[in-house]
Amino acid sequence: MNYSIIFKIIGWIIQLEGIFFLPPALTGFLFGETKDAVVYLILATLCIVLGGLIRMRKTVKTTFYAKEGFVTVALSWIIMSAVGALPFVLTGDIPSYPDALFEIISGLTTTGSSILTNVEALSHANLFWRSFSHWIGGMGVLVFMLAILPMTGGSTMNLMKAESPGPSVGKLVPKMQRTAFLLYAIYFVMTIITVIFLLCGGMSLFESLCHAFGAAGTGGFGIKNDSLAGYSTYLQNVITVSMFLFGVNFSFYYYLLIRKVKDAFCMEEVRWYFFIFLGAVALITVSLVAEGGAVGESIQTVAFQVASVMTTTGYATADFNLWPAVSRGIMVVLMFIGACAGSTGGGIKVSRIMIYLKQVRKELMQQIHPKRIRVLKMDGKALDSTVVHSCNTLLMAYVLIFIVSLLLICLDGFDMTTNFTSIAATLNNIGPGLNVVGPTGNFSEFSTLSKFVLMFDMLAGRLEIIPMMVLFHPGTWKK
Amino acid sequence: MKIIIAGCGKVGYALAQQLNDEGHELTLIDNSAERLQPALSNLDLQGVVGNASSFLTLLEADIEHTDLLIAVTGQDEINLISCLLAKKASKCRTIARVRNPEYFREINYLKDCMDISMIINPESAAANAIAQLIQVPDAMDIDSFANGKVDLMQVVITEDSPLHNMKVQDFSRKFNHEILICILVHDHQVCIPNGNSVLMAGDTISIILPREKINSFYRMSKLATIREIRDVMIAGGGMIPYYLAQSLLRSGIDVKLIERNRDRCDFLSEALPKATIIHSDATDHDMLLEEGIEQTDAFVSLTNGDEANIFLSLYANKVNATCKKITKVNRLELDEIISDLPIGSILSPKNITTEYILQYVRSQHNSYGSNVEALYRLMDNQVEALEFLVKEDCEVTDVPFINLNLKKNLLICCIVRKGRIITPSGRDFIQKGDKVIVVTTHKGLQDISDIMDDPLK
Repeated sequence: MNYSIIFKIIGWIIQLEGIFFLPPALTGFLFGETKDAVVYLILATLCIVLGGLIRMRKTVKTTFYAKEGFVTVALSWIIMSAVGALPFVLTGDIPSYPDALFEIISGLTTTGSSILTNVEALSHANLFWRSFSHWIGGMGVLVFMLAILPMTGGSTMNLMKAESPGPSVGKLVPKMQRTAFLLYAIYFVMTIITVIFLLCGGMSLFESLCHAFGAAGTGGFGIKNDSLAGYSTYLQNVITVSMFLFGVNFSFYYYLLIRKVKDAFCMEEVRWYFFIFLGAVALITVSLVAEGGAVGESIQTVAFQVASVMTTTGYATADFNLWPAVSRGIMVVLMFIGACAGSTGGGIKVSRIMIYLKQVRKELMQQIHPKRIRVLKMDGKALDSTVVHSCNTLLMAYVLIFIVSLLLICLDGFDMTTNFTSIAATLNNIGPGLNVVGPTGNFSEFSTLSKFVLMFDMLAGRLEIIPMMVLFHPGTWKK
Repeated sequence: MKIIIAGCGKVGYALAQQLNDEGHELTLIDNSAERLQPALSNLDLQGVVGNASSFLTLLEADIEHTDLLIAVTGQDEINLISCLLAKKASKCRTIARVRNPEYFREINYLKDCMDISMIINPESAAANAIAQLIQVPDAMDIDSFANGKVDLMQVVITEDSPLHNMKVQDFSRKFNHEILICILVHDHQVCIPNGNSVLMAGDTISIILPREKINSFYRMSKLATIREIRDVMIAGGGMIPYYLAQSLLRSGIDVKLIERNRDRCDFLSEALPKATIIHSDATDHDMLLEEGIEQTDAFVSLTNGDEANIFLSLYANKVNATCKKITKVNRLELDEIISDLPIGSILSPKNITTEYILQYVRSQHNSYGSNVEALYRLMDNQVEALEFLVKEDCEVTDVPFINLNLKKNLLICCIVRKGRIITPSGRDFIQKGDKVIVVTTHKGLQDISDIMDDPLK
């Protein structure tokens, strides 16, 4: 294990977080919350100094292997969360540290589950930091670091692999730094466009920024107690579209950018994503209309909720807890499917679902024609057996973590739907579940133990499980 | 630069490693994902799985925006096709590895009609490097450039040498205009000499001279007493020994080749009538003694086995410690161990290929964005050697150099006409289609017409 390089990167991460503390500090000053602003400023200074000190240690070897990549990423996220929780405690808005930690992990992992019963009581600085953490966590801090720091060597790929979601992480262009830069550029521009559309609908700049951050990172922290229910139809539609677009694989936008439009629309995953979305909207609308809802209004509300759950954002304009059982069922299935690989969304990812279905189909064919040879393909190309293998392993690990977490949560004595959907909502980085943790509820009633289990689930879900498991596996730390 | 490397074998990987360190944007093509894997996990580059001679694969590797394609797959035909396709798709330069001697014989025709910038034959390149090691005295520094077409040798002039106090034009006359002084370093001042410059003791000169003239040059200029190599013994009869023997025989050196395979011996004796071909196992110690390993001037181990080569050179060192030894080792992974052994110069054909290509890529990188074909930096970047391709007639063509008003500190050191190298004198001239290599201390030459002295500028 190359400890010195891990320290160096963690030093950078802490310094970066210090810089990320500055926008909330500015917000605090603008809204006259001097106390909060000063807290953020002091923390920013401390982080920059401390990170610098950690980074001072001389690195002997600059290369690091897959193992170091996983450990660095997992540790970075834990440390970022631990530091990021401090402002909530120090400003006094969330006095308990575990609660603050839950809140910031939920923010950074773009989950959007909250332990707050009254969001509107928070200061503007803290609201901004909560939403801003979605934006940071959406594309990933380490990818951001790769984009701005001159890190040479191909081994940096191990960092991106560990942080970016998807079965096979590829680069857009040959150079790592340029790839990371392009990803952030697309991300940044799309966020700005969302903000502009929101401003056009009459939202204030502060609210536009917070909601755009939530949509871009597919996070879902609202700044109102009723999430987005109180805003106009136009604003809700803007958020629907932007959530949907941020759930698309970013390679799609890169292809558009280099004018390979055909390649972009030929991406199998994006097509599936689109059709799953349409199918879900249609089915749920039918079920709502059958219950006596108006067609136009239903489509608009359903599209919002479906986009919100499928991209694992978690904004809400309606309480889908009150929908018919079949609709709730579809919502839970969507929670597991999640968004596209290579997007800011969570869940199992559409591309993996495709691989699983293709494998099942292959296995069926194998039973009918035992000697038949059939190669699994995606986007017209044969799938590497290692990719399929790692997808299967991930599903195994996923189910394992799900079951263990479920057993631990059951200790709190809630009903099964609450327990099941609370794990689904955190492990898939969505936010709201059903019943107690539904769109109008929150996670404040869970015991501290359950909160820690859910925090682990959120981090594991964001980093796609393997990095967190590698970190806690004793074999990693043996020489 | 954006570079595509087709073929991720040993040479492909070594190239990728080096070019990645130098900061180029690389895409690797190989038809085996397994072979790409180590490069993808250790280096910062992109990989494409596919056949390098398929147009779609090349498109996927973004050939349209690529500056250079290096085709080093195991098959000559794939390399050539892939270069041809690349040329059709974009304006990139291409490098192909071609090792089949039948194609290699037609190298100049292939290069012209397929518009390939560089064709490299690993065996011939290795033979060339070995010949250089054998013929050039150890004390001499060599700058090789323009794909190894031009060797610049550096010599320091001593006080008792007849060159001391000699004018450059007298020097030329003395050596029948066969030797050209390109760069003169006098008192740490680098300049390009003209006919009136005077050579002084302590000066360093860089000269272009044909290999076979090295010995006579040293004898006449009394610069150093060197041990002349008159006969060479080569173990092994593969392609490198064949090319090496060819080149050595051309310089009048006696060659003895030891080869185990009878049919190969027949072929060698037919192709190299002047060489002595011995049909025997190279490790037969009685035969080695009988053939005079104890008296030979140089011993080159070029059999197919690394271990056999190392042992042969060790043996040569034991019975004839003064002879020059050269050992071919293909796998250099453990070179830390063998470099301590007394087996003379160690050389790996793959490294030589890689080095040649790298040198070309660097020269391309230097000339990026100008009309210059290639630019080489010499003498700590104080001198530039530029390679121009004369595409059309202009003010400098068809005029003898005597009548051209060339810039000061500029020298036309070499003209490549239809694959033949001409060391120019005042009566020579440039023709359309020539490649002209110019040495100068002026920076930023853009076009061949820039070699003229323009008083207006």
